[in-house]
Amino acid sequence: MIRVEGLTKDFGNRRAIDDLTFDARKGEIVGFLGPNGAGKTTTMRILCGFMPPTSGKAVVAGHDVIGESLDVRKKVGYMPETVPLYPDMTVFDYLKFMADLRRLPEAETRVDEILEKLGLEDRADGYIGNLSKGMRQRVGLAQALVHSPEVLILDEPTIGLDPAQIIEVRNLIRELGREHTILLSTHILSEAQQVCNRVMIINKGRIVAEDTPELLQARLAGAKRVVVRVSGDSDGLDTAIQKVAGVTQVSKIEDGKIEFETEPGRDPSPEVARAVVEGGFSLMEFRPIGLSLEDIFLQLTRDEPAPLEMASEETILEDPELIN
Amino acid sequence: MHNIWTIANREYKLYFSSPVAYVVASAIYLLVGILFYLNLQFATIQSGYVPGVDAILGPLATLLLFLVPAITTRLLAEERRLGTIELLLTAPIKDWELVIGKWLGAFMLLLTIISLTIVYPLLLNQFVEPGIDQGPLVSGYLGLFLIVAAMVAIGVAISSLFSNQIAAFITTMFVLVFLWWIIGPIAQVIGPASGNSELLNYLDFQGHFFSNLLVGVLDLSDLVYYTSITVLALFLGTMSIEIRRWS
Repeated sequence: MIRVEGLTKDFGNRRAIDDLTFDARKGEIVGFLGPNGAGKTTTMRILCGFMPPTSGKAVVAGHDVIGESLDVRKKVGYMPETVPLYPDMTVFDYLKFMADLRRLPEAETRVDEILEKLGLEDRADGYIGNLSKGMRQRVGLAQALVHSPEVLILDEPTIGLDPAQIIEVRNLIRELGREHTILLSTHILSEAQQVCNRVMIINKGRIVAEDTPELLQARLAGAKRVVVRVSGDSDGLDTAIQKVAGVTQVSKIEDGKIEFETEPGRDPSPEVARAVVEGGFSLMEFRPIGLSLEDIFLQLTRDEPAPLEMASEETILEDPELIN
Repeated sequence: MHNIWTIANREYKLYFSSPVAYVVASAIYLLVGILFYLNLQFATIQSGYVPGVDAILGPLATLLLFLVPAITTRLLAEERRLGTIELLLTAPIKDWELVIGKWLGAFMLLLTIISLTIVYPLLLNQFVEPGIDQGPLVSGYLGLFLIVAAMVAIGVAISSLFSNQIAAFITTMFVLVFLWWIIGPIAQVIGPASGNSELLNYLDFQGHFFSNLLVGVLDLSDLVYYTSITVLALFLGTMSIEIRRWS
């Protein structure tokens, strides 16, 4: 559905994206993950025909984004990050306008359908300017969906929403993923984890890692993190844990609560548990939390080019330790 | 054509829900109405003076120098400010369809507003004997519409350069005033010496209107002039959008 090869875009002297290569298959939800300014929006804008790349090739829904831009635009639904809408139009008129631009037959029926799908029926005659942020986001989605596009490109679809709305939008995206190929960008890692089949971490215009959220986490987080909580006297707990072989780092969170990290590929949890009990502490809680995608993300995007090496698929698959 | 119409239609309808169109229309009807009244009064004082259609269309054309920018400034500048330009440029329409659609929407609005001023010549026709000249009436309105078409096209092109409406407004007004009031004098001052007076005179925006169309002279070169300006401005507007895609 989306195939990108060596895509590069320069703005003057600044290289926004640098030799990107990836693909997204039909029915996949692919997440673009990266800090602000990593090149996510630029890539998406190129894929939906807003601007041409400096070099490289991108094929979306079977059409080249440069040579067949209009065909690409017919088959792509796009929601920009800022969710641009006309505040002085009603929801219905706006969607009707977008449907007309896409020359949909029976546009009004289609608009009614999409309003219903996104739960906007009772807002149809209200002005967009009066809608809440969450509702505006839905209108933005409705606009991107009105022509049932094969490919849906969503730039930061949950930014600025409250937690309830975020969950709502995520569920909606998951649902849409059954019918559409979706490329979405986010800088919230848990979102990528929850919604996407596949995640690409992008930094400074380059893809630094790509995999399913689970494998990304597993392969990059051979190390584990465990929370230990005891009741009563906890003096000396940290030193007791520190002594166990395989424990790399011990940090005290609060009185009676300690976190330790393990060496990658090695799990000294039983030994630690025994040491805690034998040290005379009353063990209340022993909970592995794993390194979150958040930590991995920071690791990958904090340092300069170093992470590139570890992104190679072969080494990961051949090295059982990294998989656990 | 479908896409142009979709854009134009939205634009046209939207004007009626914004105050700008009403302010512009009121300004036109009020000022032209006052001039109309004064002309009639003057005719009663000054025997021998018979006001014609030029007494109405002349000031109206000048007034449009300032009012057309007010209508056109938002066309593309606001799309840029709102970010909705991103939706239009990722919709399956060509850039020139967008530009012409915007032009058509604003042009239709001004056509609507100006058409209503026909009331004044019709009233005048009742007051003067033996009625007003029909020739200048037809060619005058035709000229006015051609002028408006060119002015709106210039406005659209300039609006595509800005995301700030006030900047677009002032620039459009500057360009129109320059074409209207400055090129003529330039032609008179440096024209004869440089041997370009014919060219400069041809470029003068108001000459084609006041010395020909408004007095009932239909000359093809005048029609070509205004049409060329319109087409050129729309072309430049399209170019400006295309260039901005690349940067």
